[in-house]
Amino acid sequence: MSSSTTVAHQFDDAAQQKRASTLGMWVFLVTEVMMFGGLFTAYVVYRSLYPEAFAQASHHLNAELGAANTLVLLGSSLTMALAVRSAQLGKRAGTVIGLIATIVLGSVFLGVKAYEYSHKFHENLIPGPSFVFPGSEADHAQLFFSLYFAMTGLHALHMVIGVGILGTLTVMAARKRFSAEYHNPVEIGGLYWHFVDIVWIYLFPLLYLLGRH
Amino acid sequence: MSSHTTSALTLFLVFFALVGLTGVTVWVAYIDLGIWSTPVAIAIATLKASLVVVIFMEMRFGQPITWFASSTGILFLILLIGLTMADIVSRGWLGVPGK
Repeated sequence: MSSSTTVAHQFDDAAQQKRASTLGMWVFLVTEVMMFGGLFTAYVVYRSLYPEAFAQASHHLNAELGAANTLVLLGSSLTMALAVRSAQLGKRAGTVIGLIATIVLGSVFLGVKAYEYSHKFHENLIPGPSFVFPGSEADHAQLFFSLYFAMTGLHALHMVIGVGILGTLTVMAARKRFSAEYHNPVEIGGLYWHFVDIVWIYLFPLLYLLGRH
Repeated sequence: MSSHTTSALTLFLVFFALVGLTGVTVWVAYIDLGIWSTPVAIAIATLKASLVVVIFMEMRFGQPITWFASSTGILFLILLIGLTMADIVSRGWLGVPGK
């Protein structure tokens, strides 16, 4: 496959096509920032109103698991960046291995998250009629857990979609669809994956590490 | 076509920096910094996010228009949270006539 056939007809050349797809992806990521931003704003408002309840509720999250999952996700960003680098150099095996490693690490993250969710279910920390929280701030703690599940849930949904995207990219890479001249989908997929990593970089200290001293 | 690549060494160094900063995040959370604990946590997270954006997401090779487009996300996030909190914080400052 020559590089000329991979340039869509509306573009002058491959470089212009790449600039356009990169800019388009960043515009999409800005809309993602605003979607998560709504939840972060709700978090800031309620935490400023009920700081004590948020600190107490945060103690019911497992900081060790949260920290371990942070390292897993950072590792997946490294393997993703290595996959993009291999794609840029036209190294197919490196691209496929990097993408598969990213899928594996992403799945480990989701597995740990599922374990944490089931633990919260057994501890009656799911917001709703069966919510049980010691102390006088149960209602406000319930707000914290509503935000915890909404924010980490939306984040996990992005991870699930990301694993699907990476799986598609892996198949495309294995079928020799990419080359040193054309690998935009791998780079764009990488931007998405790193964005999801950044969201977690903020979620971890804001949800897991309140009032630990 | 201009092709920028980041060396594997750089990618690994950034990863280890991110792991180190995660350690710092946990460490400062267990120290009593008073009102500064959240600003410090946000500052470290922003440093980590900047590393990811500039190196992993290759923003250092980015076009000016890409820098511009992505910074609008930060701008509007600050407006969203800032103006909302301006309302929340200042609600009790003035009495309501007739109340």
